Amino acid sequence: MIKFENVSKIYNSHSAALKNVSFEVGHHEFVSVVGKSGAGKTTLLKLLLAEEKPTSGKIFFNRQNIVNVRQNELPYLRRQIGAIFQDFKLLPNKTAYENIAFAMQVVGKSDKEIKNDVSKVLDIVGLKDKTRNFPRELSGGEKQRVAIARALVHRPIVIIADEPTGNLDPINTWDIIRLLVKINELGTTVILATHDKEIINALEKRVVILEGGTVTRDENPGRYILS
Amino acid sequence: MFITLNRIIKFGLINFWRNGWLSTATVLIMSVTLSVWTSLFLLNVVLTSVLNTLSEKVDISVYFSVDAKESDILSLKEKLTNLGEVSNVTYVSVDEALEIFKKRHADDEILLKSVEELGDNPLEASLNVLAKDASKYESVSNFLNQFSAQGGSASGGQNIISKVNYAENKTVIERFNNIIGVLRQSGFAASLVLALITFLVAFNTVRLAIYSSREEITIMKLVGASNRFVRGPFIVEGVLHGLVASAFAFMIIIPGVAFIGPKLFNFLPDINLVNYLGDNFWSLLLFQTFGGVTLGIFSSWFAIRKYLKV
Repeated sequence: MIKFENVSKIYNSHSAALKNVSFEVGHHEFVSVVGKSGAGKTTLLKLLLAEEKPTSGKIFFNRQNIVNVRQNELPYLRRQIGAIFQDFKLLPNKTAYENIAFAMQVVGKSDKEIKNDVSKVLDIVGLKDKTRNFPRELSGGEKQRVAIARALVHRPIVIIADEPTGNLDPINTWDIIRLLVKINELGTTVILATHDKEIINALEKRVVILEGGTVTRDENPGRYILS
Repeated sequence: MFITLNRIIKFGLINFWRNGWLSTATVLIMSVTLSVWTSLFLLNVVLTSVLNTLSEKVDISVYFSVDAKESDILSLKEKLTNLGEVSNVTYVSVDEALEIFKKRHADDEILLKSVEELGDNPLEASLNVLAKDASKYESVSNFLNQFSAQGGSASGGQNIISKVNYAENKTVIERFNNIIGVLRQSGFAASLVLALITFLVAFNTVRLAIYSSREEITIMKLVGASNRFVRGPFIVEGVLHGLVASAFAFMIIIPGVAFIGPKLFNFLPDINLVNYLGDNFWSLLLFQTFGGVTLGIFSSWFAIRKYLKV
């Protein structure tokens, strides 16, 4: 479903964020992309969201090379992906409900459908009583659950999570990871970028290890092993 | 389509409300801009009116010899009226000239008695020529000179023109003409510069407001919103800024004119700014609102462009 083919991303002549990265992710997989800070994890996910373009190589999403996607086609690509970020990236002027509903509004879903689906997703992430709260009124864990609900609500085929637990305490961390595993079990592909050794080792899922911008290991099930 | 438009308008309205302080600041700056624009327009109305009044006070008079026939004078009047440069020609007959003279010197009995003692009317008939603008007097004067040189009369062959007062007033007319020209041009240029400066201030305020939303714009784009869906609410906000700012600007303009208008009227009786505002209220409000809305839409549209490239 997702295929990176000899992808390189060079920001300037002194630093290459990614060098000849190649790997594939199939349907319903749970893949952890692991590496130290600066290993290229975030760059990899940005390329998948077409937030940035690779310097060379091809990235296929459902057989479409997204490197060549035109600006006006980008929204359609992104609507098939749910994205979760370390800094939550919630819209500060919208309530929890409105933040989640926004992902369906952009697609043009009816208010009735939105009300129904958002309510269900809020139930899954356990935030039914916080619908009217603005992000500034929520804790870190709650914000991330809103972000997960937003990533989930329009039923994407893949969810990419970039250090989703980076700003959370251990209890919230495990809540979020369990949610991601549950989402994966319901049939959505999950790509999780993290440097949290404990999580990776406990998950016992496929692990792609990035070091200095290159893939050094790709094992299923894998463990957190850095040289 | 309808559902999207509906949402764009709703988001715009909600954002305008929730961005309270930012909206207030933007509206206030735009109000100042629109007030300056409308004030500049009114100032130009005043300036043009003052300059036109002054221009009308400048004319040249053609005096005719005492024995000139009225029909010849009227025929010259006809010719002058037909000149492209001339806007109006008034004939002052010998009798009218005497009347005017008597009125003007009503208090001076000695002068009036001496005129009566003369028996005959010693005054000359004249034509007062008002040109379309002060720069045209030169060519009117040339026409009259040519007329004199060709004999000055269609019927007689004898020159009926005794004096044209252009030559003696030439320097004053030219100087006045220059001053009016400079005033018109500098008034227009100053208005243009001020309008541009206030436009830039308003535009930069909107840019700063949108700059503060750049993160939100990126988030919306990453969630899969199209450019139209992201930009739309900002445009709606721009329209609202323009509408509210126009209302505020009028609340500044009306008391301003009510205050300055009567003072100006005492000073320049030809210009009644209060009446002018009353007569043109709706068109001024409409143009100002149009200016505000255009400013809001234009600023938002351009300011958001670079943040949409995500």
